[in-house]
Amino acid sequence: MTGKPASLLEVRDLTATFHRDGAPSRVVNGISFDIAPGEAVGFVGESGSGKSVTARAVMRLAPEGSSIEWGGRIRFQGQELLSLTEREMRDVRGRRIAMVFQDPMASLNPVMSVGAQIDDMLVRHTGVSTRAARKRTVELLGLVGIRDPAIRADDFPHQFSGGMRQRVLIAISVSCQPDLLIADEPTTALDVTVQAQILRLLMRLRRELGMALMLITHDFGVIAGMVERVYVMHRGDIVESGEVDTLFAAPKHAYTQALLAAVPRIESTRRPA
Amino acid sequence: MTDASSRLRSRGQLLVAIGLAMLAVLLLIVALGPSIAPYSPSATSPNSLDGPTALHWLGTDSIGRDLLSRLIVGGRGTLMITFVAVALALAAGLVLGLLSGYVGGRVDLTIMRLLDVVFAFPVFLLAIAVVAALGPTVKNLILTIAVVYTPAMARVVRGPVLSVKRWDHVEAARSVGVGEFAIALRHVLPLVVSPILVQTSLILANTIFTVTALSFLGLGPPPPDPNWGSMLAEARQFMELAPLTVIGPAVAIVFASLTFIVLANGLREMLDVGSR
Repeated sequence: MTGKPASLLEVRDLTATFHRDGAPSRVVNGISFDIAPGEAVGFVGESGSGKSVTARAVMRLAPEGSSIEWGGRIRFQGQELLSLTEREMRDVRGRRIAMVFQDPMASLNPVMSVGAQIDDMLVRHTGVSTRAARKRTVELLGLVGIRDPAIRADDFPHQFSGGMRQRVLIAISVSCQPDLLIADEPTTALDVTVQAQILRLLMRLRRELGMALMLITHDFGVIAGMVERVYVMHRGDIVESGEVDTLFAAPKHAYTQALLAAVPRIESTRRPA
Repeated sequence: MTDASSRLRSRGQLLVAIGLAMLAVLLLIVALGPSIAPYSPSATSPNSLDGPTALHWLGTDSIGRDLLSRLIVGGRGTLMITFVAVALALAAGLVLGLLSGYVGGRVDLTIMRLLDVVFAFPVFLLAIAVVAALGPTVKNLILTIAVVYTPAMARVVRGPVLSVKRWDHVEAARSVGVGEFAIALRHVLPLVVSPILVQTSLILANTIFTVTALSFLGLGPPPPDPNWGSMLAEARQFMELAPLTVIGPAVAIVFASLTFIVLANGLREMLDVGSR
């Protein structure tokens, strides 16, 4: 990647402060980063490093039951997201920025058929009729690799395996062809073999739909083949960033080195004592 | 699924089936009412305080009216009041409970404290006070019962809403731009239906008692319209002369409230309420 392309997402001095029982606690300390159109960017860090909160900041989603204060600037396609009203923000969510969550078992409404949940999205954001939406829903389910999509659309979430549910969630999130897809630990809750399938699916969709991808993970193994650039987060700060190959070959920051050293290697001959 | 829970579930289904059959009988009486009653409920005959005969299956009351006819027509009144009142309480409880649980914060605090004021009084005492103050008409009776049962309904809605609104699928819905109103109605409410069904059924059973007890005390719909409570009160006066006249209304009251208790227990076991 040469030069600096025009940014799709431009975040400057982002802060996130939780207010709980009157005592403010800052979990993101003024970080800045960019994502170019169509680019795949990884955010790595341990639990509590602020990477998920950063992802939610872009969607302006506060965890339920908490009050959170955002600071700084988040410019998406030249629009300042932090100054939008909640109603305007609802049009951004799902249509221009979409998100895939960690736990596919819990992220679908258990009492609605999966097809109806995708239909809902399409009707809400594109204003098509329910009938037209269903046609598109079946296409989307096919796109994410669900077999017999026309029949499966009427099934309920409990009739799908974890991997299949994540596929359905991905179908929901790409249904309105967003420009940016945020994936927050999309494979953490899945089997290793299924993880690879889901990652391949995300890669393929990103290519086919020309989306930018913001991939949040604690797993360097997931990052490796997926993204072009990486931001390493630690305690609410970005401690290191760079092209993925450079960073892997020569991590500068001590924390990045420690993270990389924590990845188990198959060729390693060391045994635990 | 474990053996025990599936056994519980099939037992629940049996109870629900029995409850529904009993409910069908009640609904039939409400629907057909006067057309299946052998006599007009106000028609008198010369034989007063008769025991069961071929002409009057349940006997006659102190002025010779047919007890079976009065029981059927009176049941219609009692049950109508019950159903309408509980429907109102359910509607109010759903709105208040959902609002309170979903919005939370000050809204929750305000609504629940106001409901606590109503909840603090014993249901029956409150009902007597309100009906006595407003006057015993059918409309007042319905409104009173709706008001006194609203807090119990709202609480049962609020509790599970508090937990369901934190589930991941709610955040997932929000993340694709679904509005709060739509989330509350489509992604939260459908998940809290089971406890609401059970509670509604239990409140129906209680309401039958409340309605008949108020009528028994003379706070029910004004005479000469028959209803189970006032029939029981009247029969009680002549219990030494005609003990059998008490049985009709007493059995009817027990049957009706038992219907909803059986239904509530069945639903509870079938829908596994409480173990989630």
